[in-house]
Amino acid sequence: MKKIRQKTLALGSAIMLGIMGVANAQEVDLVIVSWGGAYTASQQKAYHEPFMAMNPNVNIINDDSSAEAVSKIRAMSEAKNVTWGLVDAIASQAIQLCEEGLAEPIDHDAVLAPAPDGTPASKDFGDLIVSECFIPNIVYSTTFGYRTDLVKEPPTSINDVFNLEKIPGKRALEKKPIVNLEWALIADGVNPDDVYDVLDTEEGVDRAFAKLDTIKDEVVWWEKGAQTPQLLADGEVVMGSTYNGRLFSVIEEEKQPIAMMWDWQVFDLDGWIVPVGGPHRDLVMEYLNFATDTQRLADQAKYISYGPARKSSAPLVGKHATLGIDMAPHMPTAPANAKNTLLYNYEWWADNQDDLTERFNAWLAQ
Amino acid sequence: MALPAYTTTGERIWFYAYRIFCGLVFFFLIAPILVIIPLSFNSVPFFTFTEEMLRLDPAGYSLRWYNDFFTNANWQGAVKNSVIIAFFSTILATFLGTVAALGLSRSDLPFKSTIMGLLISPMIVPLIISAAGMYFFYSQIGLQGTFLGVILAHTALGTPFVVITVTATLSGFDQVLVRSAANLGANPTTTFFRIIVPLILPGVISGALFAFITSFDEVVVVLFVGSYEQRTIPWQMFSGIREQISPTILAVATLLVCVSIALLTALELLRRRSERLRGMTPQ
Amino acid sequence: MVENVATTDIVKTADGIPLKISLAKAQRRSKIRGMMLVLPLFAFILLTFFVPIFDMLLRSVENHLVPDVLEHTTRELVNWDDRSGELPPEEVFAAAKLDFEKGHSERTILRVGRRLNYEVPGFASLFRKTARRAKNFESPYKEAFIERDKRWGEIDTWRLIKREAGAFTMSYYFSALDLEYSPEGNVNFKDKDSRIYLKLFWRTLSLSALITLLCLTLAYPIAYLLSTLPLRISNLLMILVLLPFWTSLLVRTTSWIALLQQEGVINDLLVGLGLITDDGRLAMIHNAMGTVVAMTHILLPFMVLPLYSVMKTIPPSYMRAAKNLGATPTVAFIRVYFPNTVSGIGAGSILVFIISIGYYITPALVGGTDGTLISNFIAYHMSSSLNWGLAASLGVLLLILVLMLYYLYDRVVGIDNMKFS
Repeated sequence: MKKIRQKTLALGSAIMLGIMGVANAQEVDLVIVSWGGAYTASQQKAYHEPFMAMNPNVNIINDDSSAEAVSKIRAMSEAKNVTWGLVDAIASQAIQLCEEGLAEPIDHDAVLAPAPDGTPASKDFGDLIVSECFIPNIVYSTTFGYRTDLVKEPPTSINDVFNLEKIPGKRALEKKPIVNLEWALIADGVNPDDVYDVLDTEEGVDRAFAKLDTIKDEVVWWEKGAQTPQLLADGEVVMGSTYNGRLFSVIEEEKQPIAMMWDWQVFDLDGWIVPVGGPHRDLVMEYLNFATDTQRLADQAKYISYGPARKSSAPLVGKHATLGIDMAPHMPTAPANAKNTLLYNYEWWADNQDDLTERFNAWLAQ
Repeated sequence: MALPAYTTTGERIWFYAYRIFCGLVFFFLIAPILVIIPLSFNSVPFFTFTEEMLRLDPAGYSLRWYNDFFTNANWQGAVKNSVIIAFFSTILATFLGTVAALGLSRSDLPFKSTIMGLLISPMIVPLIISAAGMYFFYSQIGLQGTFLGVILAHTALGTPFVVITVTATLSGFDQVLVRSAANLGANPTTTFFRIIVPLILPGVISGALFAFITSFDEVVVVLFVGSYEQRTIPWQMFSGIREQISPTILAVATLLVCVSIALLTALELLRRRSERLRGMTPQ
Repeated sequence: MVENVATTDIVKTADGIPLKISLAKAQRRSKIRGMMLVLPLFAFILLTFFVPIFDMLLRSVENHLVPDVLEHTTRELVNWDDRSGELPPEEVFAAAKLDFEKGHSERTILRVGRRLNYEVPGFASLFRKTARRAKNFESPYKEAFIERDKRWGEIDTWRLIKREAGAFTMSYYFSALDLEYSPEGNVNFKDKDSRIYLKLFWRTLSLSALITLLCLTLAYPIAYLLSTLPLRISNLLMILVLLPFWTSLLVRTTSWIALLQQEGVINDLLVGLGLITDDGRLAMIHNAMGTVVAMTHILLPFMVLPLYSVMKTIPPSYMRAAKNLGATPTVAFIRVYFPNTVSGIGAGSILVFIISIGYYITPALVGGTDGTLISNFIAYHMSSSLNWGLAASLGVLLLILVLMLYYLYDRVVGIDNMKFS
């Protein structure tokens, strides 16, 4: 395996040198794929702009296709025409791309900068490196927001999501089994540590669906992260799950009467992967080294409320760039918010996603 | 079609009920298209009429969504891509389709209806199936995510319309004209350019307009065969509606309604011209 | 000599060639010229359209990945009798070790795991777990595999691999029809709870039928009106049909979102009129109703136009004659007018039905969960679940359905008669 990798690397850099020789004086276009909207904007400010300032011949092009990343990379790889240099992906996508041989394995300590105190990158990121192809950027969470003016008493625990008496009205949940089945079981009294053991049994899955059944008529299912903030702002739901950064912006930037309910927020990771056979390999590595260093990750938190993936970045998180509020308490990783958290089991979901999604869709259609 | 004097009350009621029903259906057809026009001038980011708008207060109206459309790089890129893709696929589709229609209009072509059926099948097969097939296949040959790939795909979708309109024009075409031209000493080339072309031109142009609008409005195939780089206006609208619905989409929609009015007018003028040329009574 | 005899009776052209031959030659030339004109488009459509469709057909049964990556294992498994009740022999495990080692270094083995995971959940992790260590496995390999994961000691695991060892598979079609293999290799319907595609096909067909019926109900009266009014007026009214027809599908879908959503125009109007309360706003979108209303609007012109063109050809004298002969207007309509419009009804209905069963965009935007159609699931498997084989097989099934209807359309109307405004 090493041999082949070395060969590809050698071949890749030979081609790169050839291209660089020609294109040295010219502009280099680097396509970076991400999620669009506020998230890409935060990357533009924190990573792209300073990198382009340091490398005037580099022009970074944003492509907002991360949602279809796996499918599109697979298609490009079949065509042997990979045009994306670097892709921002969530952990489960990164794992799949890595397993399908579509993402480049990374030697984290060789490519990435150590922490300012000299801790090697692999230690600084720690167990957030969930795949050898993945360079984590941020920790985000799927959690709840609720309308402060539409509920009689604020929800305080995940049980309240399933309690129609305490909190009547519509709630928004993601149209996926992932996360919802875990929450259903925790609300049904399953010890959070045993959630996946319970889900491994047929009765456990039935139990989770039975719990979801109790609120099914009151659920609005969302597919895109922007929907829940919109539904909350319009008063179409009284509470709903979405990514914490989206809730931050609707609460703090748009000043809507919405508050957070962090109980059993589900952590997930987002970060970079390098597609196999992509262009400008050396430049991409240079970019990665720069954009994932301690300061840059802390900088991104100025623009969006996601927690930096490096341990060493946490103390550097400052104030929001325009609102001037302290960002640290808004991080999903802040101690006050992170009393009860779940890091969902990627491996278990990789096995069961297809099957349970079908079951979930059949359940929805009933 | 006034009512004759001898109609009974029952017939009268029936007649007016029928007229009202038809009026409602016409309203159903046109109202949704007209309603977005005032909404696109909304001054606040809502998808509905605000109180200011209903009071006709000028403060309720603004051009901010049009401004957003004309200054936003995403939308401007989409306009450019839409025009490029539609332009090239129209040219290609019109050329291929017209030539094929000339062949199909010959009475002695063997397997005519089979060939016709095959040639227009891109119009019959559901777009999602064409999109799936093209996505899988174009991926393998390196056309996925390229302008060429999208243009070829749109050409394939547009040619049936050209074939059908031009064949229809040719079926009303009087072969005597060609023979007379030959008798009068014109060679085939002259006949083609001086007799056939002017007569079928309206058909070719309306076929081209169909091909253009097919490509310009198409979204399913471009979603799969294209990628972000080839995003067209419908691509941008589709992802906009899915992601976050903003009134900019209504402004774009209003502009697109104007485009379709222009196309409709062009087609109507062509139809009249074609009928006049063939000596039919103008309508 | 024979020629000599023949020439005497035959009319010749000026250059001495018999007219019959000359004519035949000219006809052949003309035929070839016709073919040559059609050829470029034919070749183009073949390459850009038919080959992709054919490729999708292949992809729906194609299964090269398993025999390619598990090359040695599948070859050894041929000799194992999966009904013997015993695990495969040591040679199979040795071959599997080889394949896992090679597959791990080439980064292909986990693709097989993901592929087999479509059949039985758990294979992805089984392969992941095994691939990392296979390099260090030592003989006897059977024990080494089973020690790593006890599922290698289960006969069903090996039965599945043996079943999917061929270069082609029917399993995507089975999934698309809600069928599954029992461990013994029989094919059964899935549990009621997990059946999804049959329901979806049924929903697609029934919603399409409903949309077709609604289109017909709305289109028939106005087509009749258009065909009986004086041309000047009917041409003006025709614009009301043609403008929607020419307006982008996304524009029309967007309008319906603006109209039907909870904070939308119609709900606001109803609240304003006091017909419903502010918290009793109707849910008219993101459900089957949204799909039906928006698609009826979008497809209505496709029904009006064929009906109109048929009704225009019915002379008004028919109805007058019937009435003169003593028929009441209703009887005259049912016995005389209506039968004359049946071909238009057939053409319009089949057209609308064909278009609606393959519709994707509108249901995706306004359909919610119970208003989505089979196309939406094809798209879902293409871009989200990434089960391209299943997407392809659902596509092929839908295509067969459409072609059957298309054949019907050809019988009723004739493809050659397809026209636009």
